[in-house]
Amino acid sequence: MLKYILSIVVTALLAFVCGLYMPWWGIAIAAFLVSAAIPQKPAFSFLSGFLGVFLLWEVLAWWIDNKNNGILSQKVAGIFSLGSSSVLLIVVTSLIGALVAGFAALAGTYLRRLIYPPVPPPAESV
Amino acid sequence: MKFVPLLISSAFTVLFIIVFNTRWGQAPALGEFLSPQHGFWQNAEPVDKDFGQDLQLPGLKDPAEIYLDDRLVPHIFAANDNDAYYLQGYMHAKFRLWQMEFQTYAAAGRISELIGPKALNYDRDKRRLGMVYAAEIAVAEIEKDSVSKAECDAYTAGVNAYITNLKESELPVEYKLLGYKPERWSNLKTALFLKFMSFDLAGYDDDFEHTNLRSVLGYDVYNKMFPIAPDSLDPIISADTGKRISVMPVKAPPGSDSLYLQNKDTVSVNVANKPDKANGSNNWAVSGTKTKSGSPILCNDPHLGLHLPSLWYEIQISTPNFNAYGVSFPGSPGVIIGFNDSCAYGFTDGMRDVRDYFEIQFKDDSRKEYWYNGKWVPADFRFEHIIRRDTTEYIDTVAYTVFGPVMYDKSYSGNRKTNNKYYAVRWKAHDPSNELMIFHGLEHAKNYADYQQAIKWLHTPGQNVAFACKNGDIAITTQGEFPAKWKRQGDFVMPGTDSSYAWQAMIPQEETPFMYNPERGFVSSANQFPVNPVTYPYYLSGDYQNYRGLMINRYLNQETEIGIQNMMNLQLDTYNPFAGMARPVLLKNLDSAALQTEELKYYGILKEWDLHYDADSKGASVFNIFWDSLKTIVWHDELEKAGMPDFYPYNQTLLEGILRDSAYEFLDDIATPEKETLKQDVMLAFKKAVSTCKKLDSQDKLTWWKFKDTRIEHLANLDPFSRLGIENGGGEYAISAVKKDHGPSWRMIVQLTKETEAYGIYPGGQSGNPGSAYYDNFVDNWANGKYYPLWIMAKNEETDSRVKAIIRVTKL
Repeated sequence: MLKYILSIVVTALLAFVCGLYMPWWGIAIAAFLVSAAIPQKPAFSFLSGFLGVFLLWEVLAWWIDNKNNGILSQKVAGIFSLGSSSVLLIVVTSLIGALVAGFAALAGTYLRRLIYPPVPPPAESV
Repeated sequence: MKFVPLLISSAFTVLFIIVFNTRWGQAPALGEFLSPQHGFWQNAEPVDKDFGQDLQLPGLKDPAEIYLDDRLVPHIFAANDNDAYYLQGYMHAKFRLWQMEFQTYAAAGRISELIGPKALNYDRDKRRLGMVYAAEIAVAEIEKDSVSKAECDAYTAGVNAYITNLKESELPVEYKLLGYKPERWSNLKTALFLKFMSFDLAGYDDDFEHTNLRSVLGYDVYNKMFPIAPDSLDPIISADTGKRISVMPVKAPPGSDSLYLQNKDTVSVNVANKPDKANGSNNWAVSGTKTKSGSPILCNDPHLGLHLPSLWYEIQISTPNFNAYGVSFPGSPGVIIGFNDSCAYGFTDGMRDVRDYFEIQFKDDSRKEYWYNGKWVPADFRFEHIIRRDTTEYIDTVAYTVFGPVMYDKSYSGNRKTNNKYYAVRWKAHDPSNELMIFHGLEHAKNYADYQQAIKWLHTPGQNVAFACKNGDIAITTQGEFPAKWKRQGDFVMPGTDSSYAWQAMIPQEETPFMYNPERGFVSSANQFPVNPVTYPYYLSGDYQNYRGLMINRYLNQETEIGIQNMMNLQLDTYNPFAGMARPVLLKNLDSAALQTEELKYYGILKEWDLHYDADSKGASVFNIFWDSLKTIVWHDELEKAGMPDFYPYNQTLLEGILRDSAYEFLDDIATPEKETLKQDVMLAFKKAVSTCKKLDSQDKLTWWKFKDTRIEHLANLDPFSRLGIENGGGEYAISAVKKDHGPSWRMIVQLTKETEAYGIYPGGQSGNPGSAYYDNFVDNWANGKYYPLWIMAKNEETDSRVKAIIRVTKL
């Protein structure tokens, strides 16, 4: 469990750093690297990449929006026909980042499995 | 087989990245646009953002400071003029970059680059009018003069200093939405912007409409529909002063009566995309003899299309040479309307017609040679490359003649049915002139002589320039370089096979009508006739409006002991003088005994109306609907016969017609055998109006502000970035001419006491960023008729509580 929480947190942190120096899709590289480094089951790795970036973007967008009093998010939500809802726009924002990061994390895990195949459970001896 | 899961998951990752990194139709690339670290979230500015910073900029000569006050107005203190213009360029870019560049795209006919082929006709129209051609000529003029060249170069360098250091995440949100990046600024872009203002203020023409009306209805009927002078007018230059005697005769060419005035050639029209016909403004200056303080007061409110970001950006520029405050155009150096330590200045549009058409006879379709003064003359060609987003480039080949570009030809009619003929446009804005120098001169002006020197630079668009000075002088000049025309010259398209119909000369500057310290103690203009058109030696074709001027002059004539509050009240006055003259004649001819209950209700509202365009008035709406209904009934038969149902004569013409003569000839519907009377037309108009009123009333839309629906639209027409449904009063003919999307774009009052006392407001905000708290923060106060005190900051007031941020700039 701790491992999953760790990879979510590390994904978020690394994605943030990538965001400073790379285009927006740096989040995919972050998620990919983290799950290539930390062994996880595929389903969980997807989830940790997904959640890592979802939470990062959710927190960033919310933080920005809060300091902006929602001035711009309401207008942009209007342009995207989201009924001027800041909350909805923040969720849509996070989902898009999360989706990309989730698949990137999955790819990271499968790469790791190619190089370090998971140890099969011990077979019963006859 | 072990590779399969890796391949599939990698493929999905890449696929999503590509999908979210691509624009789909109008939608931006979602990944980039929504990323909180890259996209629009980065434009969501903290409401308490600290704008203070230390900057190092190349190209600056000396250190300088910019103080931003609580309304985000910059007060620039520089050690020399060019540093100040450099920093003005920097601040324009910092707060208005998208707008200033977009306006030059619009001016240069480059909108197809941003939104694709659907803008092709818009772009061709600008190219064929010669907008870029005109701007190129203007740049050459600007660069010919060392002062304006240095000023323009410094401004351009300042804009580029900002663009160079702009990070992608800091791009204005419109770039992110539309998916493009700013180009480097250039002097040509500044010239393009100035030509865009010329297009807006001196680009109007109805020549094809008038030609058609004349041809179909005959010159005599036309002449009654569009008389040369109205009955009631109060020209800018009143009879007693500023009189000028013609030194230069202009004559109509021989035979023009039959060849021109009585010509029957038709050209039908259905024209969109014209500058607003109602561009207009008020300005006046009152001498100290009429004010409470004993010092002059100057007021100006230019009425223009209202947009966000606003056309205006407030600024104070202070150097050892001048200290000016006012509004500037993002895109151009200088303070456009404002005041300095000695004087104040303001503009209204001159409204003169300086755009005419000549029919060209080409030898053949190649357009290589045209017949002119008895021989074939070669045409020049200009190739206009119109880049279209997501598709191929379009090359428009435009022929140029001695008159100007052949705007309409077989390949382009601009919605005019030009019958495959060729029409060259002669537009004053093509002529060389350097308008930057007028603003440079006025900023620096210390007295009336400086004002006179400065305004000579203004050729196009012609403006009525009001002036007041602390030494007590007031003046107004109907400035501009205008063609000296003979009667009706240029009202219709003219023959272009020789020079006989061409503009013969320009009216010399020495003949420009002006008023200087008139006895009546004030000067004013509100887009009315500059002088009496009947006695003036040259023909004054144009698009004049006479009612606002009547009201302003009536007030200023009567009043003494004028204070700032009086001036605010005058600028905000919503009285409709047109309705004041029209309602009595309408009511007199409306037989109330013949009305039914429901009709009596609206009859009552109209009768009780106080003639003011107040926000909550229903009478204002009823009157407007009633008048429009009458106007349609009276004119529709003539207009339909000419194939132009939407081209109405002036309301003043109809009103004066029925005031003069209850048997006004146009009351008769030429499509019916009987002869309609005024009473019949008025009754029919009222019954039709009532049905419209009833419908609007049931939808709760009859109140004036809801009926006129004032809106300030974003330049790219994005509704969420616009302010819609603004609750306020005002309207056409009222001094406070707030209409649907048009109105007082900057209200300014300057009292030239020892310590200048000034007030102003524009419907917008200092920041062009829709994500800023300063984007539209002036709009509500503007709508409510409030003003801000304009703070002329002194260098030693750095610690004043109004200073919210300091930008210290040093040379890199």
